Amino acid sequence: MLNDQGRPTRPEGAAPAEGTPAATPWTFTGNRALRVEEPLIFEIGRAETTGVDLPAPDGLAPRLGRLARKAAPDLPGLTEPEAMRHYVRLSRSNYSIDTGLYPLGSCTMKHNPRLNEKMARLPGFSDVHPLQPVSTVPGALDVIADLGGWLCRLTGMDAVAMSPKAGAHGELCGMMAIKAAIRARGETRNVVLVPESAHGTNPATAALIGMTVRDVPARADGTVDVEAVKALLGPDVAAIMLTNPNTCGIFEPEVAAIAEAVHAAGAYFYADGANFNAIVGKVRPGDLGVDAMHINLHKTFSTPHGGGGPGAGPVVLSSRLAPFAPLPFIRLDAGRPVLVETEAGTAPGETPFGRMTAFHGQMGMFTRALAYMLSHGTDGLRQASEDAVLAANYVRAGLADLMTLPFPDHPSMHEVLFDDGFLKETGITTLDFAKAMIDEGYHPMTMYFPLVVHGAMLIEPTESESKASLDLFVATLRDLVLSAKRGETERFTQAPRFAPRRRLDETRAARSPKLRWEKPKPWTAAEAAE
Amino acid sequence: MRYHPLTATDRAEMLARIGVPAIDALFADVPADKLLTDLIDLPRMRGELEVERLMGRMAAKNVPASSVPFFVGAGAYKHHVPATVDHLIQRSEFLTSYTPYQPEITQGTLQYLFEFQTQVAELTGMEVANASMYDGSTATGEAVLMAHRLTRRNKAVVSGGLHPQYRAVVETLSDMAEDRVQALPPDPLGTEDILAAIDRDTSCVVVQSPSFYGHLIDLAPIAEKAHACGALLIAVFTEVVSLGLIEPPGRQGADIVVGEGQSIGNALGFGGPYVGLMATRQKFLRQMPGRLCGETVDAENRRGFVLTLSTREQHIRRDKATSNICTNSGLCCLAFTIHMTLLGSAGLERLARLNHEAAIKLADALGRVPGVQVLNDGFFNEFTLRVPGDAAAVIERLAERGILGGLAVSRLEPGRGLDDLIVVAATEVNTDEDRAAYAEALAAVI
Amino acid sequence: MTLYTKDHEWIRIDGNMATIGISQYAQAQLGDVVYVELPETGKAIDKGKEAAVVESVKAASEVYAPIAGTVFEVNAALTDNPALVNEDPEGEGWFVRLHVPQGTDTGDLMDEATYKAFLETL
Repeated sequence: MLNDQGRPTRPEGAAPAEGTPAATPWTFTGNRALRVEEPLIFEIGRAETTGVDLPAPDGLAPRLGRLARKAAPDLPGLTEPEAMRHYVRLSRSNYSIDTGLYPLGSCTMKHNPRLNEKMARLPGFSDVHPLQPVSTVPGALDVIADLGGWLCRLTGMDAVAMSPKAGAHGELCGMMAIKAAIRARGETRNVVLVPESAHGTNPATAALIGMTVRDVPARADGTVDVEAVKALLGPDVAAIMLTNPNTCGIFEPEVAAIAEAVHAAGAYFYADGANFNAIVGKVRPGDLGVDAMHINLHKTFSTPHGGGGPGAGPVVLSSRLAPFAPLPFIRLDAGRPVLVETEAGTAPGETPFGRMTAFHGQMGMFTRALAYMLSHGTDGLRQASEDAVLAANYVRAGLADLMTLPFPDHPSMHEVLFDDGFLKETGITTLDFAKAMIDEGYHPMTMYFPLVVHGAMLIEPTESESKASLDLFVATLRDLVLSAKRGETERFTQAPRFAPRRRLDETRAARSPKLRWEKPKPWTAAEAAE
Repeated sequence: MRYHPLTATDRAEMLARIGVPAIDALFADVPADKLLTDLIDLPRMRGELEVERLMGRMAAKNVPASSVPFFVGAGAYKHHVPATVDHLIQRSEFLTSYTPYQPEITQGTLQYLFEFQTQVAELTGMEVANASMYDGSTATGEAVLMAHRLTRRNKAVVSGGLHPQYRAVVETLSDMAEDRVQALPPDPLGTEDILAAIDRDTSCVVVQSPSFYGHLIDLAPIAEKAHACGALLIAVFTEVVSLGLIEPPGRQGADIVVGEGQSIGNALGFGGPYVGLMATRQKFLRQMPGRLCGETVDAENRRGFVLTLSTREQHIRRDKATSNICTNSGLCCLAFTIHMTLLGSAGLERLARLNHEAAIKLADALGRVPGVQVLNDGFFNEFTLRVPGDAAAVIERLAERGILGGLAVSRLEPGRGLDDLIVVAATEVNTDEDRAAYAEALAAVI
Repeated sequence: MTLYTKDHEWIRIDGNMATIGISQYAQAQLGDVVYVELPETGKAIDKGKEAAVVESVKAASEVYAPIAGTVFEVNAALTDNPALVNEDPEGEGWFVRLHVPQGTDTGDLMDEATYKAFLETL
């Protein structure tokens, strides 16, 4: 039953008592020069204040029947200068790609070109309604069709479902297409094979559509064994969900043989495309036997992560699954894009399994991703993949003698996985090591994922870093490792010391959840008198 | 290339340090016969100017909402967004940050999520809200799954006033999860008897107010019947501005409230990205999908915020998670919370009133056109017109005259005998001239 | 007498009543427990099936019934104070009392000494 990746989730020792002196020198405001403490809007706003000047209503008799709001919501307002200061101050306590190397493995924190932002904001894209007459948005359909075309070419696949809103939503779309295809064959297969190293979304997606997950054990070298897959295949297996390159940053060497075995057993091959950024222009998933793969536009094609979304997760489909693509989709009629929004609009052979979302998908992400592709071109996209792989292996080469590589037998792709073996006997955990990186001005790597190694540290430098930047990063990590080995424990266990906040008490947050601001209770007369 | 800092010299030095002769040595695990030797047949790299030309040409083929009298709603609304909003969401530290997994260096994101959750809970009249979903339609689907977990039943009763595409999302999800949906027929008159459909097998009742056709639905009796049967009421809205004037679903007995937040802070953007709102009762918290941000303290006892209750989520719970969702709609949720903060209660109420009055004026102007009938008595900023003949053709002829006059219902509900209906929305952006032009053109084209 | 499983549950049987919890070792591995999901009373649970779920901030783990039985009582104190699982896992931090058939076979469970030896091998 145990998940042995448990780790401290509150600061060392007991929670500090009220009034514990701060470790850093005192200031009246609690501010530290450019680092300014910012209250909540509810603590600075006023109910009568607004930062939007609107004309006065005419005072017409409302037509709301009995449902007029009885009491106004309690939402304080801020004027424009106050709002500007509030959010700019908040922004300054965030780490971002634009401020530093962001080596979060599996997340692909690469540069976000600003041209893409500019293109997405052209009124012809940003100011069009999804349900205005189709005759007034031919350019919007062109964008979707062009982007879909690029995605199919780059992956070597037949069709694409553009509407999924994010990677996990794309997974759901792909698995639904597989379920629809199985139903169309009159079968009821409901087992999905998922390797232990998979993203958590894979088993969660399979479970969501009523499928049962069967784990595929990882081989000692971090890859999936085709024989292990064959042993698990049977007439009840609907699909395998495989990430390639996998979450250990390794290209699955037997992927083509796995696909062949899966197909021979009558099942489908779902590829998690989270790591497609390593192989664009180098190998096409379609050539490897993939039936469906979502593409995280916010990873591979660099639409901004935005503090956790919005993403976009188009799914490319093989010819076997293409007929089941959900509504809406675009059909090319003599090269002209036609939008199909309902069953009534389908042609023979088009049997959509349903609909994933209202409207047509993440158009704002499509325009950004298309601008990225047009800028890079086929040559630039391949260069991006090669540079990403080069950077990861360069970091690996710089650290392999000091840190522990669980899977040294394969080259890394766009990310390199270390485990916490090198910290043994130091009393320092992966978490401590990561927090010490914060003090050095870096965002930590992905920690404790994938689960197949102990204390995982997954580093993805991306193609956006210069050699000088990579050199400094490697030198910093080397210094940290040597410091840990010298027993300078406090540098780690007390970290971060220079961030806007020290370690936060996650135990307290989870034991008694406080998820919204509440008005402070008014003082009693007795308290006020004190 | 302008985005790639490595030079040819760097690359050579790095390969040497790694100890391989060429980049393809690092791709050794790719089966040799699958490794591409040539470039994929697509255009080569381009400078900014060329890309701007290409994309500018595509953009120019579309008719932006601001350039014409504009009355399309049906789940996405044209509102004015203060300039501050788009400026702030482009701050590097917001735009290019990841999910706040390292709270010590992402307090900016976490604090605005906490503020956002508070605003959404307050607006909807609920106890807790999450840190946003993809959009209103997927939030509705997730709410149905949540209700099934809570009630351990699997039948959703869906009102005929629910947006047809929201209904399709619920139906698809339920079909694939092998759950049941009882969808009532489209309800353009707002007169359906949903109470009769609720029974002891019902897990949840899904009702949109204002409905797709613009009717304001009294949720209290539906909540009462649902609760008497052990079912939950899921209240849906697509126009969040309506909550500035309408009694919130939380005070009408709703158990889960979901809706689309695009109207506040976010552009029309041809349908996405938008921001799904979801709120519920404290007691249902553990079954709520999506991210949650909570307050706590740091090692120096200073207030701070963290993502919390994440054991509900896929990265920990895997196949037992409440949902497979792995992200929220971060930047859209930031746009929402900035715009809402600028409005405050006072601004929101005024904005809502302006929208309502714009709709009253429009309904009166269009209702005077001979042959045209407004189907709604009550509404917020959206209502349904019955026109003589084919509504889709009317919309097309209006577009030819430079007026985007709404949505022909038959576009989303073909073959259901609704061919003479148009759903029309009015907002604060419409002027008297816009309305007069619409009425005049409508009279001319029917 | 307290018996243990390889999954680190403990069980104490007294007549036809069995009390179940997680071991000292398990609580230490999990870290701060923040939530415990308990079954409904009257629910029949098969041997080896999920009896409860215990959550720390970063992990959720199932607690399996070491023997079959019917839920007679759950430890309601854990709802308000899940920290009891950390403070006194093999006492106040118990999870569930099961009504079990007389003479249930416990041959596959470990006594304390055997469990301690088993922990040494981990």
